[in-house]
Amino acid sequence: MPAVCMNSISTIPRRDDAEPPQFGAVRTAFAQFESHALAGGEPDWLISLRRRELTRFLEAGYPTRRDEDWRHTSLEAVSALPFTIADSADPDDRFGQLLAGSTFSSVSGRRLVFLNGHLITALPRAEQSNDGVYLAGLARAVREKSEILRARLMADSENGSDGSLGALNLAFAREGAVVIVPANTVVDEPIILVFVSSPRIAGERTHVRNVIVAGPNSRATVIEHYIGLGTEPSVTSSVTELHAGQGAVLEHLKLQDEARSVFHLATLQARLESSSNVNCHSFALGSRLARQNVLATLAGEGIEAVFNGLYLGDADRLIDHYLSVDHVAPGCTSHEFFNGVLDDKATGVFYGRIRVRQHAQKTDAKQTNKNLLLSDDAAAHTRPQLEIYADDVKCTHGATIGQLDPEGLFYLRSRGLPIATARRMLIHAFAGEIIERVSCRAARDVLDRLVWERVERTRHVAESNQ
Amino acid sequence: MTFSGAACYSDLSMQPILEIDQLEAGVQGKQILKGINLKIYPGEMHAIMGPNGSGKSTLASILAGRDGYEIIRGRVLYQGRNLLELSPEDRAREGLFLAFQYPVEIPGVNSAYFLKAALNEVRKYRGMPELDAIEFLALVKEKIKLLELDEELLKRPVNVGFSGGEKKRNEVLQMAVLEPRLAVLDETDSGLDIDALKIVANGVNCLRKPDNAQLVITHYQRLLDHIVPDKVHVLVDGRIVMSAGKELALELESKGYDWIVREAKRAN
Repeated sequence: MPAVCMNSISTIPRRDDAEPPQFGAVRTAFAQFESHALAGGEPDWLISLRRRELTRFLEAGYPTRRDEDWRHTSLEAVSALPFTIADSADPDDRFGQLLAGSTFSSVSGRRLVFLNGHLITALPRAEQSNDGVYLAGLARAVREKSEILRARLMADSENGSDGSLGALNLAFAREGAVVIVPANTVVDEPIILVFVSSPRIAGERTHVRNVIVAGPNSRATVIEHYIGLGTEPSVTSSVTELHAGQGAVLEHLKLQDEARSVFHLATLQARLESSSNVNCHSFALGSRLARQNVLATLAGEGIEAVFNGLYLGDADRLIDHYLSVDHVAPGCTSHEFFNGVLDDKATGVFYGRIRVRQHAQKTDAKQTNKNLLLSDDAAAHTRPQLEIYADDVKCTHGATIGQLDPEGLFYLRSRGLPIATARRMLIHAFAGEIIERVSCRAARDVLDRLVWERVERTRHVAESNQ
Repeated sequence: MTFSGAACYSDLSMQPILEIDQLEAGVQGKQILKGINLKIYPGEMHAIMGPNGSGKSTLASILAGRDGYEIIRGRVLYQGRNLLELSPEDRAREGLFLAFQYPVEIPGVNSAYFLKAALNEVRKYRGMPELDAIEFLALVKEKIKLLELDEELLKRPVNVGFSGGEKKRNEVLQMAVLEPRLAVLDETDSGLDIDALKIVANGVNCLRKPDNAQLVITHYQRLLDHIVPDKVHVLVDGRIVMSAGKELALELESKGYDWIVREAKRAN
């Protein structure tokens, strides 16, 4: 039995030092939050779950770079910020304009909009529809869909795989989107979830917890879009729990396009059942520092899963993707494709673990991570990790870090294209590889335009700095 | 219209399309070209033959403007202008075309999109109106038949997943669309079976006009069965050691390069 690179799941480091002074603010914020929650009639099970999660966070603290899984990404700036829970904000004109001009505004589909982690109920609501799809904020859903959510959130807490940040999220997440697609239901138009952050003071924290359940043989597309207003440094914490039932066909697309003052810390936790077909896309365009975990368990046989991502970095921004794909059952395929375009002093981080359990024979797992550096000061760190305990599997990984292919550039120029056009063509093609995997056509078209606008804004798109 | 070698006899009063004068050049400190002299007039087809490592591809690369080559001395005039100071894109717009020995795969760039962009750059430069999508498609469909290529190739990324023969025919298709004044074909025959070779040769022959010229670089004579050159030059160790009519190619085919290499050494 070949076993490659056996690393245990990162253990939460013991804190020998005294509790950091900022944690006093966390406790204070929680006491306030708890009294609101109690007053708001939140179920007891949830309140005790939150307490447990808070303790878990306070014991473990923020991950540090001593933790192998956070080697390249420091959260010192996050832990040093004040800790204030973002208040509900009134949706003002600026919010209205941002929303009206936002990427998916032209894409039709039912939607929920959150501002600073609070559901905006003033907007037209289309959550109840005759196809039986349940779409509501978490605060309401914990009462209306108590059993489902209790099971999901308890399971999250018990497996704890998203670490102390996941614990902090569950302790404070008042809201989030809950999407439940009944069995055998086909939803044609995407369900669009928009999360706007509009911090007024430094250190504001927004926590959202989303739950997406696609019933057996259902078919749906869910889009999460994170955008923001303002320039105060703030923290968005987002955890999405996704469950694809047997035979479900689910496309999940996340566009992280936050303001450049935001620290975006997110986890997508996916559990896929047999014969499901799931595509998860992560487009990381914004924020000052972004960490996206994708933790997927392929729990049944015959699953086809694609994890697809594009990140664009410039200035001194850092974008970190951490993937862990766990093949538990035989005969599944998982393909990961992540491309990054990095300019200025930006840093891209990609970690991809594929675990193939002993019974997961006939696994076909593939991973590629390609990084295009447009400047000498940009950096990319990429690390594949295969843990294979089955003997009849096909697992491949490949990573590249480099500049635009000089042969390709010369070829295009030798046909009369100016060097700036040639560079644009190659960069667009590099990003296009990822965009074209999005099946939802309406979303793909607007994403393509958005990515191209962003690429055009980076400094060295047309000219090399060498 | 077809031209035989004799019919397009050059008019010496004309300006050459290409004039290479005492060109010495190298790469990474190693001299490869050791004094090349060559004049190509409108209407002419020249062939450069030579053993491996003689400098054939270096010459093609320098003409097209590939990075990394050092010019030690000499000059290259293209239609009377200093070619070596032009960027690769300006050379292309001025009508120079290199058919690559190893056409580059460009994932994600659609073939039709690329070719239309290239053609319109060239047309813009020449003061001609740009073609819209419909006009372009009409043009390219006509040319694609000539090369017996599948139209589906236009929908695929440039050279990606093309067979060896398709890549080479695609080079000639690009040449047919861009209508260069001087086409340099670098080992376009390598890796082609006899049928593909004939198609490529037919494509090149159809593009011959009194006001343009071709420089065919090849190791083997077999392409020259189908493309009849006006002049054949033999390149050995960075020098043209012999120039003659098309019959020289046949002699090289039957006798190989060894005798000419020996003679060249003796002459040194």
